Amino acid sequence: MAEKTTQKLDEVTIRFAGDSGDGMQLTGTQFTNTTAILGNDLSTLPDYPAEIRAPQGTLFGVSGFQIHFGSTEINTPGDACDVLVAMNAAALKVNLRSLVDGGAIIVNTEGFNDRNLKLAGYQSNPLKDSSLSKYQVFEVDISKLTALALQDLNLSSKIADRSKNFFALGMMYWMYNRPVEPTVKWIQSKFSSKPEIMEANTRVLKAGWSYGETTEIFKVRYQVAAAKLPPGRYRNITGNQAAAWGLMAAAKKAKLELFLGSYPITPASDILHELSMYKHFGVKTFQAEDEIAGITSALGASFAGALGVTTTSGPGVALKTEALGLAVMVELPIVVCNIQRGGPSTGLPTKTEQADLLQALYGRNGEAPIPVIASSTPADCFDVAFEACRIALKYMTPVMFLSDGYLGNGSEPWLIPDFNKLPDISPKFRTEKDGFLPYLRDEATLSRPWAIPGTPGLEHRIGGLEKQHLTGNVNYEPQNHEFMVKLRTEKIERIANEIPPAEVEGDKKGDVLVVGWGSTYGAIKTAVERHRQKGNSVAHLHLKYLNPLPKNVGEILYNFKHVLVPEMNLGQLIKVLRAKYLVPAIGLNKVQGLPFMAVEIEKKIDEILKG
Amino acid sequence: MSTLVDDLLNQTRTAEQAKYTSKDFQSDQDVRWCPGCGDYSILAQTQRVMPDLGIPKHKVVFVSGIGCSSRFPYYMDTYGFHSIHGRATAIASGIKMARPDLSVWVVTGDGDGMSIGGNHLIHLLRRNLNIKVLLFNNQIYGLTKGQYSPTSELGKVTKSTPYGSIDYPFNPASLALGASSTFVARTMDRDPKHLQAILKRAADHRGTAFVEVYQNCNVFNDGAFFQFTEKESKDDNVVFLEDGKPLVFGKERDKGIRLNGFSPEVVSLKDGKWSVNDLLVHNEKDTTLSFILADMTYKPSLPRPVGIFLAINRPTYEEEMTRQISFAKEKRGEGDMSKLLNSGETWVIN
Repeated sequence: MAEKTTQKLDEVTIRFAGDSGDGMQLTGTQFTNTTAILGNDLSTLPDYPAEIRAPQGTLFGVSGFQIHFGSTEINTPGDACDVLVAMNAAALKVNLRSLVDGGAIIVNTEGFNDRNLKLAGYQSNPLKDSSLSKYQVFEVDISKLTALALQDLNLSSKIADRSKNFFALGMMYWMYNRPVEPTVKWIQSKFSSKPEIMEANTRVLKAGWSYGETTEIFKVRYQVAAAKLPPGRYRNITGNQAAAWGLMAAAKKAKLELFLGSYPITPASDILHELSMYKHFGVKTFQAEDEIAGITSALGASFAGALGVTTTSGPGVALKTEALGLAVMVELPIVVCNIQRGGPSTGLPTKTEQADLLQALYGRNGEAPIPVIASSTPADCFDVAFEACRIALKYMTPVMFLSDGYLGNGSEPWLIPDFNKLPDISPKFRTEKDGFLPYLRDEATLSRPWAIPGTPGLEHRIGGLEKQHLTGNVNYEPQNHEFMVKLRTEKIERIANEIPPAEVEGDKKGDVLVVGWGSTYGAIKTAVERHRQKGNSVAHLHLKYLNPLPKNVGEILYNFKHVLVPEMNLGQLIKVLRAKYLVPAIGLNKVQGLPFMAVEIEKKIDEILKG
Repeated sequence: MSTLVDDLLNQTRTAEQAKYTSKDFQSDQDVRWCPGCGDYSILAQTQRVMPDLGIPKHKVVFVSGIGCSSRFPYYMDTYGFHSIHGRATAIASGIKMARPDLSVWVVTGDGDGMSIGGNHLIHLLRRNLNIKVLLFNNQIYGLTKGQYSPTSELGKVTKSTPYGSIDYPFNPASLALGASSTFVARTMDRDPKHLQAILKRAADHRGTAFVEVYQNCNVFNDGAFFQFTEKESKDDNVVFLEDGKPLVFGKERDKGIRLNGFSPEVVSLKDGKWSVNDLLVHNEKDTTLSFILADMTYKPSLPRPVGIFLAINRPTYEEEMTRQISFAKEKRGEGDMSKLLNSGETWVIN
């Protein structure tokens, strides 16, 4: 047995990379779940191609999964990785730029044969020339070792080779002192109907672990202690799962049936998948014929007294636009979840971006304001989805919930909330006949009554034509139209009366305020904290409510010399802030389909501070 | 756990069922179709039929899209939703899935239902939700003032087709059958009795009922169906489909339809060559026959088939949806949110 030493680390970032058929997302997810159970804080970034099985060995077929975990607070999936597991040459080529200098590369040597090298565009084998000299390279013939572990099982070589990701996973479990048991348990339930595969995967996983223990190649293994998180019960959760549960929790609180009308679209489909599993909660999911039927069926369900929801991504929102306008006019509660991706058009289906903000705020014909709220971390998707439902029901309005691919697919440990302590949602159906008018309004919220079919005596008609104030009858009078346009606008603006004021992280006054929204939260927080540790006067404001904005936003902005707005678009929130508050805000924009690295924001703050 | 809707339904369950007349279904809104429009008759027949259906009017919802026909819900004193172009069928689907207890009706036109809303229509038909679809076919766009529609005859000269339309028209009945509709019928605005009978049958059908109504647009396409609706020409140009009966037509009831191979042909019952026994006998349950009958529609040598092409039973979508939910509840127990939040791999930090 080789002599091994154990080294303590505060945090580490690992990236698993291979062919899109190599099971890298599964490997990453398993590593994540085990890491979460050990009590580390963590953040993940799945990075995969739009093609399901791109041609093997090609650069565009590379699928990656990055996890950043530690004993300290972790806010981003890591600017760069410390360890790269590359299953083939293409995976190395695509991901090498994410590796820190001096970082470790663990390669599957079988993935560097002539064919693979040629497909990856290598003139010479990087394992043999000196191009990787600034890294520590560990060469392991994973394919061969996998085959060896399975030789007596009589599996075809193709099937046996599919287990090789478990070898890589086993090695990494050994290296970072993680138990194999949670994954063994998962394999047993996942492949219970395929005992041969179950046996193969379990064996290979353990073989990988044992290989780490016995091989001469690895001399050091690492210990990453549990993080000091607030006490309580935790689970790991992805943004899309959190969003699904938030919607369910809101429906339960409101004593309404949850109805989801949805058309499959990356990266939002997982919400549809998740909700489809909860029929025993009475959740009704409807895979519609298109995006338009997704939202219109939800609107129909809402008219009939359900909590109508539709889930999609940007191209889907484009198709739902007309129905959103109808929902504004008929003033019925629905929630539209936009899990944003790179655009325009089909764009980058599997990559992240936040370029749909202006679409959410203004993308409808006529004056059609709707509340827009955004989540900032995967677990936050639960709260924001819940809040979107609450607002929709209280104000009888469509609400747009913005998440993105990075949040939807990414995961983090989540302090499980007490369902009984979630905010109150108590919608009421109108049942009294006396004095009923379809567009009579609540004095405080300006919302109209929800009178659902099946209520005797409240038969009435609604529709997309302009409504007469109070009666809801079709009306084309100039004064009435202007009055109604203003009334619908005021209804949305009044939401600002009850939402919490925006809170600055850091000093309330100073040199630079970094304003963000959505998934840039972790990167901005990390960048701002680094500056604050250096003693710089930098603060962070992260906006959850984008329409209406909290009332104190202007006041906060005016207290800083400079306002920096990093966004994964060409400057959308910044337009709103400049127009509304007349501040000379500075933009930092990235549209590469990838989240910000903290260092990019850190540098920009540096520039501003230096003038 | 009961929902607010369950609570409401429990409270109103005992509400006494009123005896209605057609007047009870007339709303307080002035009807604003052009004088002489065929829509008036369809509205009147619908209001006449409603009291006989035994459904409390607060349980009835009319949903429409955009177009002349789509103003219909405003004139019915029931629940109503005048939506956006082509989407009535999708909105109605959402209503029916959420509330299988409601009687849901869609009013649409040839443009709304088959042009902009074609996709939703075919998917509703194949899913077989228990929704009644009344498609007013006037073979023209009325509300946008006279462009050709997807059912306009080839060569139709309109404002948008000054040299004549060059796209072949849909045959609504064939389209509906092709989409696996379980109930397909055709009737006419100017035949009130037939229209009422078809509406009743549609209402009684358990599943999507597709009813094409020939409707005269006296402003932009006057007389499009006169050869089928007017006294002097009707009998020789229309064959009424009646279940279990041979296809006989003509002023003197002296003509019939027989099958020559798979092709229907007109035969005389007068010249002694053919008798009633040789004629095609209608069977509403025969899907193959329904296609043959619907296909007669645009054949100039054949009379226009009117009546019920097909009426078969298939489980409705909402029944299946409800069944799956009950099954899941039975198997897994009523869902508990707190349990779900704490399910799977969790860990405690002290």
